[in-house]
Amino acid sequence: MTMSNHLKHQPRLSQTVKQIKPSGIRRFFDLASTMEDVISLGVGEPDFSTPWNVREASIASLEQGITSYTANAGLLELRQLISGYLSKFDTNYSPENEIVVTVGASEGIDLALRATINPGDEVLIVEPCFVSYAPLVSLVGGIPVAVPTSIENGFKVIATEIEQRVTNKTKCILLSYPNNPTGAIMEKDELEEIAQIIQKHDLLVISDEIYAELTYDVNHVSVPALKGMWERTILISGFSKSFAMTGWRLGYVAAPEVYAKEMLKIHQYAMMCASTMAQYAAIEALTNGREEMENMKVSYKQRRNFFVKSLKGIGLDCHIPGGAFYAFPSITSTGLTSEEFAEKLLIEEHVAVVPGTVFGAGGEGHIRCSYATSLQQLEEALKRIDRFIKNC
Amino acid sequence: MTEKERELLELLEKSGRMSEDKIAMMLDVTVEDVTSMIQKLEKERVIIGYSTIIDWSKVNTSESVTAMIDVKVTPKRGVGFDEVAERIYRFKEVKALYLMSGTYDLSVVIEGKSMSEIARFVSDKLSTLDSVISTTTHFQLKKYKHDGIVFEDRDEDHRIVVSP
Repeated sequence: MTMSNHLKHQPRLSQTVKQIKPSGIRRFFDLASTMEDVISLGVGEPDFSTPWNVREASIASLEQGITSYTANAGLLELRQLISGYLSKFDTNYSPENEIVVTVGASEGIDLALRATINPGDEVLIVEPCFVSYAPLVSLVGGIPVAVPTSIENGFKVIATEIEQRVTNKTKCILLSYPNNPTGAIMEKDELEEIAQIIQKHDLLVISDEIYAELTYDVNHVSVPALKGMWERTILISGFSKSFAMTGWRLGYVAAPEVYAKEMLKIHQYAMMCASTMAQYAAIEALTNGREEMENMKVSYKQRRNFFVKSLKGIGLDCHIPGGAFYAFPSITSTGLTSEEFAEKLLIEEHVAVVPGTVFGAGGEGHIRCSYATSLQQLEEALKRIDRFIKNC
Repeated sequence: MTEKERELLELLEKSGRMSEDKIAMMLDVTVEDVTSMIQKLEKERVIIGYSTIIDWSKVNTSESVTAMIDVKVTPKRGVGFDEVAERIYRFKEVKALYLMSGTYDLSVVIEGKSMSEIARFVSDKLSTLDSVISTTTHFQLKKYKHDGIVFEDRDEDHRIVVSP
C-alpha cells in the first residue's frame, strides 16, 4: 500500500482544550533559553537544593527496595505528620479521611475544582495569581471571574471587590496568600472581613497556601482556621516552596471529608498515588526539616529587604512583599507595557523577569522578579535594570 | 544578644567582606546601626577576627602540610590542662588547639612546609614537654570541606530560566 492510500487523520481535539491558551511564560522561556549569560529573576522556585537529610531519606527508601504503590491517599504516616503540621496553623484535619497526598499542589487545585465545579458555575479568582487557576477552571467547564487587586491596597483583596462580582451562579472563590506573583499576604483582620462576605453568600473557598511558611513580618493565618471557614474550605499546600522540593512534585489537599472523599476518587483513578520515594522524603522533611527551613526563610527575608530597597533606589515603585519570594514592582514610570519592558530588558540587558500580565490582566504595569537567587546575581541584575531604565 | 546581632554574625561568618551598606539593607537597619553593632561585638570579643579561607593547594609556590596530633598529657594541680595548652599554642606552627573528651586530651593542628618539618616539631618541641605522655600524628591528605565551605563545590543552578 502506498502512502497516498492512507486515509488522512483529522485531529480529534476537545473544543475546551483548544480554547485554552498556552501559558504566557512559555514565550519568555523560549526567548531566554537561546541566550547565554542571562540573569534570571524569572524562576518560580527556591534556589536551594532539597536539604541533604531529606534527599538521603529518599535514597535510603530506594536502597531498601520500597518502590511499590502506597495507599491512594498517601502513606498514613505522612498524613499523620501533615495533620500534626497543619495543627500549628490552628487547623484540625483527620489523617484518615481528610487529607490526600497529591502530585504537587497543582494536582490539588485540579482535584478541588473537578470535585466541586459544574459546567456554568462561576469561580472568583483573585488576580494577579498563579497561571494555572483560570485554565483549570475552564477545563472543568466553570467560568473564571477575575477579582482584581492593586498596588494601592498592597495587592490584598477587598471585600467590596468580591461582593460586586457575586452572582447566583457563583460557587467558589480561589484565594492564594502569600501570593505568587505579588508577594502579598493577608493578615487576620483582613481575612475576617472577606470571610464575612464569603459566608454571607455561602461560597466555597479553595485556599492555595503553598507559601504559608514564607512570611517575613507576621505569621501566616490559614483560611480554615478562621471562624466558620473550616467547613467551607479546601486547603491546598505542599512541600515545594518551604522545603525546596519543587522537583519531587509532592503536595496535599486537606478538607472536610465530604470534599476529601470525592477528591480522593479522582486522584485514585487519575493518579493512583503520589510518588513513593517522594513521600518518604516528605516524612523526613516534616520530622527533621524545620531548622533548615527556618535558615532558608531568614536568607529569603534578607534578600527581600536588600532587593526591594534597591528597586526603590533605582526608581521603581514597589510595595513591601510580606511573603513568598517575589517582588512585583511597578514599571509604569518607564512608559512601557509589562510585555514590552520584559522583552526589551531581556534582549538588551539579558535579564529575565516575568511580565505581570502573565498572571492576569490586573498585572499590567508590573513585572515579577524572583529574589530567590544569589546576592551577586541580584546585584548584577539591579545594575542592568538601572541602566535599562535610564535608557528608556 | 539581639536577633539582629545574631543575623549580622551569621552574615559575616559566611562572608567577612560583606559591606556595611549591604548588611544594613538586608537587616533593614541603618548603616550606623551596623557599624555600632560590629564595634560592640568586636569589643566583647564575640567577633574575634576576620580571615579568608584559601585553598592553598592551588597556589603552586606554597607547599604546605597539615597534621592533626592527638596528645595525651598529665594535667597539673590548680591549672588543669590550661598551662600545658598555653605552652603548646604559643608555637606559631600550631594553627588550632582543642581540649577533647575521649582517649586523648589535646588535639593539635599543625601546619608546616613538609612532613619532615612537622616530624621535627613533634619530636623536638611537643614530645619533650614535661606533661606530654604520648603523641599520635595524622597527616591530612586532602581538604574536602573546611569551616562549612566545600572546596570543590560544583554548585550549578539547574533551574529552568523562567517558570511560573
